[in-house]
Amino acid sequence: MAIAEKRLILKNIDVAGYTNDIECYIKNGGYEVLRKAIAMKPQEIVAEVKASGLRGRGGAGFPTKNTKPVYLICNADESEPGTFKDRQIIHKDPHQLIEGMIISCFANNVKLAYLYIRGEFPEGARILERACDEARQKNLLGKNILGTGYDLEIYIHRGAGAYICGEETGLIESLEGKRAYPRIKPPYFPAVLGLYMSPTIVNNVETLCNVIHVLQMGGANFSKLGKPNNTGTRVLCVSGDVVKPGYYEFEVGALTLGQLIYDVCGGIRDGKKIKAIIPGGSSAKVLKAGEIYKIKQKQADGSMADVEMRLEDIPMDFDTMAAIGSMAGSGGVIVMDETRSMPECLANLSEFYAHESCGQCTPCREGSLWMKKLTSRIRDGKASANDVGVLKNVADNIAGRTICAFGEACSWPVQSFVTKFKDEFETVAGNGAKK
Amino acid sequence: MSCEVKISKEFEAKVDEVITHYPVSKRSASLPLLHLWQEQFGYVSNQAVEWIAAKLDLQPINVYELVTFYPMFRQHPAGKIQFKVCRTLSCALAGGYELFDHLKTNCKIEGDGHHGPAVSADGKYSIEFVECLASCGTGPVLMVNEDFYENVSNDKANELVKKYG
Repeated sequence: MAIAEKRLILKNIDVAGYTNDIECYIKNGGYEVLRKAIAMKPQEIVAEVKASGLRGRGGAGFPTKNTKPVYLICNADESEPGTFKDRQIIHKDPHQLIEGMIISCFANNVKLAYLYIRGEFPEGARILERACDEARQKNLLGKNILGTGYDLEIYIHRGAGAYICGEETGLIESLEGKRAYPRIKPPYFPAVLGLYMSPTIVNNVETLCNVIHVLQMGGANFSKLGKPNNTGTRVLCVSGDVVKPGYYEFEVGALTLGQLIYDVCGGIRDGKKIKAIIPGGSSAKVLKAGEIYKIKQKQADGSMADVEMRLEDIPMDFDTMAAIGSMAGSGGVIVMDETRSMPECLANLSEFYAHESCGQCTPCREGSLWMKKLTSRIRDGKASANDVGVLKNVADNIAGRTICAFGEACSWPVQSFVTKFKDEFETVAGNGAKK
Repeated sequence: MSCEVKISKEFEAKVDEVITHYPVSKRSASLPLLHLWQEQFGYVSNQAVEWIAAKLDLQPINVYELVTFYPMFRQHPAGKIQFKVCRTLSCALAGGYELFDHLKTNCKIEGDGHHGPAVSADGKYSIEFVECLASCGTGPVLMVNEDFYENVSNDKANELVKKYG
């Protein structure tokens, strides 16, 4: 029996007859929450969001310190391989995002906001521009919103194909018209020294949309969804060798990895078996079929005990994924069946990271390139078994030595693939030489 | 390649309007202006770099370093019909490499096309591998100019070549 989806963010997506214009959005209750919010005190909105336990879906969440944000930025630069939820929201329900942004800006008395969208979404950018125009015409955006005296402008800003702009400080540099070199934290936390060196809120698409649902349900009710410390819903994107790839929304932790793959996505294509799963975007450490994980779990009497879990039984939440040494990350699940070559899959990802490293820090710039060269050499059978160790060594010397998390993002896949599929890598490495 | 283009009043008006989106710092308009230029004139020439720099009170190097950093900007013309095929893992698992090779042969394009367009001899088509286009569940995917297509089989690719050709 498949677990039922809980659609908040994806409520309107793919509903027959639903269109992405403002009339359709309003007909379906759109901008009602904004009307309600704008009659509230900004502190009350912030209090509701706090009560909801909403965690940033990649963003920093609402500021809790005494900084007064000047700007708000929506990070719509979703480029993590395996993740494809933003495209759906932007193309099919853009007003949900705009409404979420307006409410978030009002709650923080922000007067100027930017929506940074990846350059590869030209159509998405046009749709959002039109959505903003429609909202302006209805006095939901611009000067004196709904007669309250509150002014807000939102501008759509297109990136130009660089993955690193998804890193919030890289995004800010890019928005300032520079190369997207991430800034070092501390001191450059966006909430303190963000855009134009002013306090800035940066949140991703899913988080900003969630603000609407928090206010609609009330923070306390929202916090009952999901698990404590992991509240709300999560959009999971499944791709690779499953029968029904796609995007699905569930309460956080409502289902296991096995239920997601077999019950929701119809299992593996052509009756094959799972070989490996990347559970949270391409940077997450790979999980191997047949692995047994020992995790600490709270028992009914409140004591902690070690529990053994098969890969299929892992619940899809932030904390468990971290406990088994990977991460829920962006919610992008990539499934590889038993026929797939692990060296080939890793070489593909390493080429991605070599191309996307911004080049600012030496360990990452040089290391990502070497990992690409070594993985393609291994894939082609033109290496030696020794090179597998060299590859692992390169990866081990990047993480923790860079300004931003890209260093981890590019070395985690290498470390996990090579460790878990060591035999396969060593066998394939010298294949070509023998012939 | 250094033939100067004439800048129309309409283009300049569009540029001036975009600059108003950045009341705190004009420099922020660099990427939008590069996009506008490339959409209008096909690629970012030396003239573009100098014109945009002057418009935003910047040094040309401030603009040029963006052109060499951001993958979407090109310094040479691409084909009239541009294919951008997603290269990254989920699309690769779904046949992205096969699709790329098929299109390349079909449009008689020489060259590698990894991150930077390879153009056919007659300048009609160009193809390039790009990184994740964020539609991993419907691979393989590609863009033709600014239009996006998913689940692209070889047959569908042939139809696209005909449709745009």
